[in-house]
Amino acid sequence: MKAVVDKKTRRLAPMSDTNLLLTITIVVFFAMYLAAMLFIGRGFLRVQTFFNILNENAALIILSCGMSIVMIAGGIDISVGKLTALICMSAAVNLDYQGGSVMSAIFLSLAIGLAFGIVQGALVAFLDIQPFIVTLAGMFFAKGMTTIVNSTQFNVQNEAFVALKNTRIYIPFLGSVNRRGVFVPAYVEIGVVVAIVTVIVLFIMLRWTKLGRSLYAVGGNPQSANMLGINVKKTRFLSHLLCGLLAGIGGFVYFLHVGSGAPSHATGAEMNAIASSIIGGTMLTGGVGNIIGTFFGVLSLSTIKNIVSLLGLDDAWWTNITVAAMICIFLVVQSVVLLRKNKRS
Amino acid sequence: MTMAKTGEAGLVKAGGIFRRQIFIPIAALLALILFNLITDPSFFAINYSLNSAGDPVLSGYLITILDNASELAILAIGMTLVTAASGGQDISVGAAIAISGSVVLRVLCGDNPRPDEMQASILTAFLISCVVSMLFGAFNGALVAYFNIQPMIATLILYTAGRSIAAWINNNRLPIISDPSFGYFGSFLPGIPIPTPIFIAIICMIIIALVLKFTTLGLYTQAVGINPNSAKLNGINPSFIKFITYVIMGLCVAVAGFIKVTRFSTINYSVVALDIEMDAILAVALGGNALSGGKFSMASSILGAYVIQFLTTTLFKFNVSSSALPAYKAVVVIILVVLSAPTVREKLGKLWKNLQHARLGKEAA
Amino acid sequence: MEKDSVLEMRGIYKSFYSVKALQNVDFTLREGEIHALMGENGAGKSTLIKVLTGVYAKDDGQVFLKGHEGPINIKSPEEAQKAGISTVYQEITLCPNLTVAENMYIGRSKGVITKWHQMNASANRILESLGIPAKAEQQLGSCSIAVQQMVAIARAVDMECKVLILDEPTSSLDESEVAKLFRLMLDLKARGVGIIFVTHFLDQVYEVCDRITVLRDGQLVGEYAIENLPRVELVSKMLGKELDDLSEIKSGDEEQKISNEIVYDAEGLSSIAARSPFNFSIHKGEVNGFTGLLGSGRSECVRAIFGADKVTGGTEHMNGKGVRISKPRDAMKHGIGYLPEDRKRDGIVGDLSVRDNIILALQVLEGFFGPISRAKAEKFADEYIKLLDIKTASTDTPIKSLSGGNQQKVILARWLLTNPQYLILDEPTRGIDIGTKIEIQKLVLKLAGEGKSVTFISSEIDEMLRTCSRLIVMRDGKQVGELSGGDLTQTKVMSTIAGGAK
Repeated sequence: MKAVVDKKTRRLAPMSDTNLLLTITIVVFFAMYLAAMLFIGRGFLRVQTFFNILNENAALIILSCGMSIVMIAGGIDISVGKLTALICMSAAVNLDYQGGSVMSAIFLSLAIGLAFGIVQGALVAFLDIQPFIVTLAGMFFAKGMTTIVNSTQFNVQNEAFVALKNTRIYIPFLGSVNRRGVFVPAYVEIGVVVAIVTVIVLFIMLRWTKLGRSLYAVGGNPQSANMLGINVKKTRFLSHLLCGLLAGIGGFVYFLHVGSGAPSHATGAEMNAIASSIIGGTMLTGGVGNIIGTFFGVLSLSTIKNIVSLLGLDDAWWTNITVAAMICIFLVVQSVVLLRKNKRS
Repeated sequence: MTMAKTGEAGLVKAGGIFRRQIFIPIAALLALILFNLITDPSFFAINYSLNSAGDPVLSGYLITILDNASELAILAIGMTLVTAASGGQDISVGAAIAISGSVVLRVLCGDNPRPDEMQASILTAFLISCVVSMLFGAFNGALVAYFNIQPMIATLILYTAGRSIAAWINNNRLPIISDPSFGYFGSFLPGIPIPTPIFIAIICMIIIALVLKFTTLGLYTQAVGINPNSAKLNGINPSFIKFITYVIMGLCVAVAGFIKVTRFSTINYSVVALDIEMDAILAVALGGNALSGGKFSMASSILGAYVIQFLTTTLFKFNVSSSALPAYKAVVVIILVVLSAPTVREKLGKLWKNLQHARLGKEAA
Repeated sequence: MEKDSVLEMRGIYKSFYSVKALQNVDFTLREGEIHALMGENGAGKSTLIKVLTGVYAKDDGQVFLKGHEGPINIKSPEEAQKAGISTVYQEITLCPNLTVAENMYIGRSKGVITKWHQMNASANRILESLGIPAKAEQQLGSCSIAVQQMVAIARAVDMECKVLILDEPTSSLDESEVAKLFRLMLDLKARGVGIIFVTHFLDQVYEVCDRITVLRDGQLVGEYAIENLPRVELVSKMLGKELDDLSEIKSGDEEQKISNEIVYDAEGLSSIAARSPFNFSIHKGEVNGFTGLLGSGRSECVRAIFGADKVTGGTEHMNGKGVRISKPRDAMKHGIGYLPEDRKRDGIVGDLSVRDNIILALQVLEGFFGPISRAKAEKFADEYIKLLDIKTASTDTPIKSLSGGNQQKVILARWLLTNPQYLILDEPTRGIDIGTKIEIQKLVLKLAGEGKSVTFISSEIDEMLRTCSRLIVMRDGKQVGELSGGDLTQTKVMSTIAGGAK
């Protein structure tokens, strides 16, 4: 009898849901990129194309990390996109109209993000209001505040900031030879470094720290987590606080990339962040997800966008439709895989 | 444990669950009315004047509120059912409205974006858009019900693609209908002084009231939303019920989309009904319905929709620019949800009790 | 505080809104004793435990813990753990998305960093020493319910605790696992740990406990040494009245009423859950039972009959006519009712009122376009509340606020209202108090007397012996025997379950 049970446990190799979905994501990303290199060639053969994907999406990577964290803890934050716009606008106004410095702009960005995180987190965690509603209100608030701060788009002229914005970090030994036979080294912007550091720090945080594991526990089953001696309210609060702080960082990185303030900035970023998290294997039901997956989720999403535009389907609607189709395929694959796995056990 | 639950039940019983639930939107509405009465009683004036077509019509803020809330009220019906059955929300309704509106115009215009005559009857166009919307609803429903994808995520797909599909339906051109009879549905029928959308909304409400009364849709959706396992063992097909609520949502979207395009006789794919899904979800929440599904009160949701429109119109009246509007709305929403949060209510209740105790104590002394 | 006691609770009050859940309850736990906390559902056992572990805040009263000066105020489960109180709850309170090892250590490990390697190694050591068939790295959700419960126990006993609380930990365990648990408890007892043990199984109480505290209606009835409180007295103290003799339930004449008419008959039936095909038939007015250890496939069989799982093969007849039952609705149309094993998960629709829960099945039979009017529903509900003596504030009360036994009666009412020919009751007496258990058994016999056929499943063999006239014995998903008449004795059933091998 006992031998039978043992055999059974061994056969169900301990591949957790998180790891399974992560593997799918990474495999799909590489397959997709490889296919693009083989069949489309052109830009995809240049190293810089890959780094441009990073440059374009550094902010989204950071925002998505925050989104993954709240999603792992069983919540959602749909305010991050509009929050990014608010941060850009505030930082821009601070730099150009109020004589602020880069430091003050960074400080302001983080403060706004943190303030949103704290207020939203407190409402969700301590007053037990549904995160969707709280962050929906947060999104409305940020959207309205952006135009109250300044209603029109303008480019930032502050010299120190522009210099920082144009800083390029060259990657040693990587690059491509252009038509004239000159070696052009590949480069990334500062935001990418921030994004990569964020991903690494958060990965370590989620995997090895007490807070990280508490996030998973709370997302998996909040009642149980409470009984296991985890402070559920505090953990929920911290998840939103982290997401807000990351939106602050992400907002400034976005600002650094575009160099302007506008109410229309980062439109739909919250949905892109959610989509990236899902593609990366984070589940909205909570308790399952991985920051590395989210990173690859962002890359997959923008790679597919690049493929679509390089195929010549340049109309804006094709991008949206393809992205939607991709989310659809991923969702169906995930649901089928998890269903089959659960049925087996 | 058991005793705790009994306690809750006692509390619920004291107020009657329905009265308690509808209390939130009613209180919000009363607060708004009171605010307007104090600041400017003329807010409630209703005038009888001539409109641009030369017909005598009613006008005034109240009429504007009732008129403009029509789409939202209709969407709230579908959103309530979707929320109850699947424990999640459909965030694609704004994009789906763009599609259904686009379909109406495409059918009426044919290949020429500025036709002198409509190429089909308005009824045909409306019915075709109903079918298309219900198909998209079915797509959402299938993902939710049969692939077990969380509703918000499943509808994210259509949310992302919807406006692009809408533009694609009309080859990204902007069709305009010049026939005035098309505009009747979005403004006034000749000789009737009340805006047509109000009638359309009322018809929808009557229909859903009849459906809830003469079918078991209400019981089934609630049972499925609360405990799908149990519903299944009692012979209900939970997947099908979830699926059907999304199809009904599609129908609501078609009606709302029809009103939207008839208001302007044209469509702007990227801004038509923008963010309306958020307002619709808010209406459901404001109605005191749990966004996690289960028990619902349709009347509360619909009332919630009117409260939101009342708030919007009030803010407009105070010259809040339309782009800054969301910030004010957010503050009001936060106040409302904080006040209706169970923990806050419990604390307020305790405070009230203590106050009364103190008073009684004083009297005794 | 007395010298040898580890925990004292004095004058505990707790009420929820207007309901007094605990009134002036005292409780004393001594070093190295196993102390049973007994009482019917709703007596306040769980509330007392949740007050102790900080899940609920008490309204009044004091808690003393050994090693603490003066009264201690525990505000959360986290604080309870730190104070040396570890708990295993009735429902599994672990996180299925984490690994087994994490579930054992989360919330109680020191330091900010999780040392995976060390944690897995020590978890594996404990799992092995307790003989739990699971690996530390395995995701908990992939373990069976019994293994999950054992992991919860492993977590609790591994803590450096002074007080161990076991709140009905045995309901999902089979006999050998229960024996393992008891060995563990005696071990801890020898080390001076005070254990609070809550269970519905009287046998278990008398097997391991030293002392019994009885609660009734939120009040303390008394504390007794086990040798001073015979079973019958314990039961009468719990119920607050003298118990009718259990053996009176079944009177001799009912067995003769079973006619030769076969109501339901299945041949080679199988489903995705009940893989090996089985034959089954039941006569009019007969009560039969499926018995076997947990996981032997008895629930899967009846679920296949009802069409609750996807049916994969077999032929079925109702009253001699061939029928196809592929989903619950088909079964209901043919007059079969099914009360599921897991009341909370599959039975009740928690937020709906008692009334809606009662009419639910009938409503489905009436169809989508034939809603039962409010007045009619009210009438049905009132009728069955009276008939089954369901204790509820009103027909409008949400069912989740009723006690377990009353919830079960509502589900019974739901099926009785559809007037089925054949009623399947899967563990109708699980997790409910003794008074209701007896009522349900009497009801089953009454139904049979009225000519209905009933399948009755229970984990407690003596319940089945009392009610059933025929027992089908299952082992490892297969039928291994059928007992009736003179064979219906405890020993015969046990030996059939165990099989010839032992």
